[in-house]
Amino acid sequence: MMTYDAARMARFVRRKRVNQVALTLALAAMVFGMFWLAWILWETLRLGFESLSVSFITENTPPPNEPPGEGGLANAIWGSLLMVTLATFIGTPIGVLSGICLAEYNPGSRLNAIIRFVNDLLLSAPSIIIGLFIYAVMVARFQQFSGWAGAVALAFIVVPVVIRTTENMLTLVPSGLREAAYALGAPKWKVVTRVTLAASLSGVLTGVLLAVARIFGETAPLLFTALNNQFWSTGLDGPTANLPVTILQFAMSPYENWQHLAWGGVFLITMIVLGLNVLARFLSRRFSS
Amino acid sequence: MTDSNDSPPIKLSVKDLNFYYGKFRALNSISLDIPANRVTAFIGPSGCGKSTLLRTFNRMFELYPEQRAEGSILLDGEDLLDFKQDVALIRARVGMVFQKPTPFPMSIFDNITFGVKLFENLSRIDMEERVEWALKKAALWEEVKDKLQQSGASLSGGQQQRLCIARGIAIKPEILLLDEPCSALDPISTARVEELIAELKADYTVIIVTHNMQQAARCSDYTAYMYLGDLVEFGETNQMFLKPGRQETEDYITGRFG
Repeated sequence: MMTYDAARMARFVRRKRVNQVALTLALAAMVFGMFWLAWILWETLRLGFESLSVSFITENTPPPNEPPGEGGLANAIWGSLLMVTLATFIGTPIGVLSGICLAEYNPGSRLNAIIRFVNDLLLSAPSIIIGLFIYAVMVARFQQFSGWAGAVALAFIVVPVVIRTTENMLTLVPSGLREAAYALGAPKWKVVTRVTLAASLSGVLTGVLLAVARIFGETAPLLFTALNNQFWSTGLDGPTANLPVTILQFAMSPYENWQHLAWGGVFLITMIVLGLNVLARFLSRRFSS
Repeated sequence: MTDSNDSPPIKLSVKDLNFYYGKFRALNSISLDIPANRVTAFIGPSGCGKSTLLRTFNRMFELYPEQRAEGSILLDGEDLLDFKQDVALIRARVGMVFQKPTPFPMSIFDNITFGVKLFENLSRIDMEERVEWALKKAALWEEVKDKLQQSGASLSGGQQQRLCIARGIAIKPEILLLDEPCSALDPISTARVEELIAELKADYTVIIVTHNMQQAARCSDYTAYMYLGDLVEFGETNQMFLKPGRQETEDYITGRFG
């Protein structure tokens, strides 16, 4: 032992003990949290994997009470893909441009502070409110449930997420880089597009991917807008089949074949969201290096 | 002007310049004449206003709404603080290199052409020549000539800073402002940049802000000593370092203060 006096030694021992207690508590909390997450994932994989087959992605949703293994979710997958893609293409430009506006044009102004606040409200708004809003302004007005309405409702969820990440990523760009571009006599739009946005591109893309992951599983905005459809929809003009609402409907049904397919749909969404998140992490890792 | 004393013409004439960060006054009635084709160094302790003064010369402060300058800065007789002057054109004539290297997120080649393309429409061959010329001027050509398409961020810190200097020179400004260009560099890179400064004054008027008194003594022709927003003394560097006119300057230079 080092020649430490007793008082110092006592403090040292106490500090070590406190450290051990804190570490144990932190570990316990982590294990508790991870346990449920692992359980959810496990059940999803176990039950979902059973219902996977070729027909799962090639055939449309079957009538009730057919033998399990008949039919699939092809129309729902297709409808979801259409609406998510459309929502992303509507929401991303609006979100990125608004984020640029907030971060690059008078970021300290009162107007921007208000926009930022409203955007935060939109970001945390329950998605069912967005669904009802689109129901009121589109579905009720045109007397028609449609995939278009569904896509617009999903776009409303994409926009605030993309605004937030775009603004954050642009704010992270060191002001020296911006100044260096201005110092060459570059106009603002060129500084933004060629330098600051380019410097934060993978961060912005990460935000878009996370938004896509989020809307893939959103159910409430589609309930009153796209509704659902048992058949293959070629356009988005009428009720459009989609994964989340199909899962809701099938999981709540008493029919065994529908329940099986619901688990398959849950599995598929989980995998898509997982994949998008991994991709987003990969991108943001590239961004930080 | 063929003066027997060989005093160079004035490139930049600062007259009664005051500068404010919000309500705080950072420069107090600065007046000085910066000669053409010479290296002028601004020295002084941190917070004395030397960087602030430098950033008025290309109106960089305008990016920040709470900052403002009063007075006049004549560039070849024209007041560049006059709001009728286009800020982009001023910056094309007054280039700037910053303390930290700031390569743009693009290739080495595009880092140079970014500024050039803003004002000139060059053919591919002319552009390649310009890039080579600028990189040679900045003593970087030999190190990067085989990897012009690589990202500017892949270079070392010293190389990045020389890339920024090349980028500044490529648009052929008349004045080059250097804001502590060597403070993030190792001694070898610093020596290269200092050699470069000595060569640059043949074509440009160079103004350098530095914390390093030896650097000011080594590479400048004129030195301005600033303290708390005042210009304490301005004169030929040799004169300043050998026989300063004011006690405060001598105290700072000899390290008794600062």
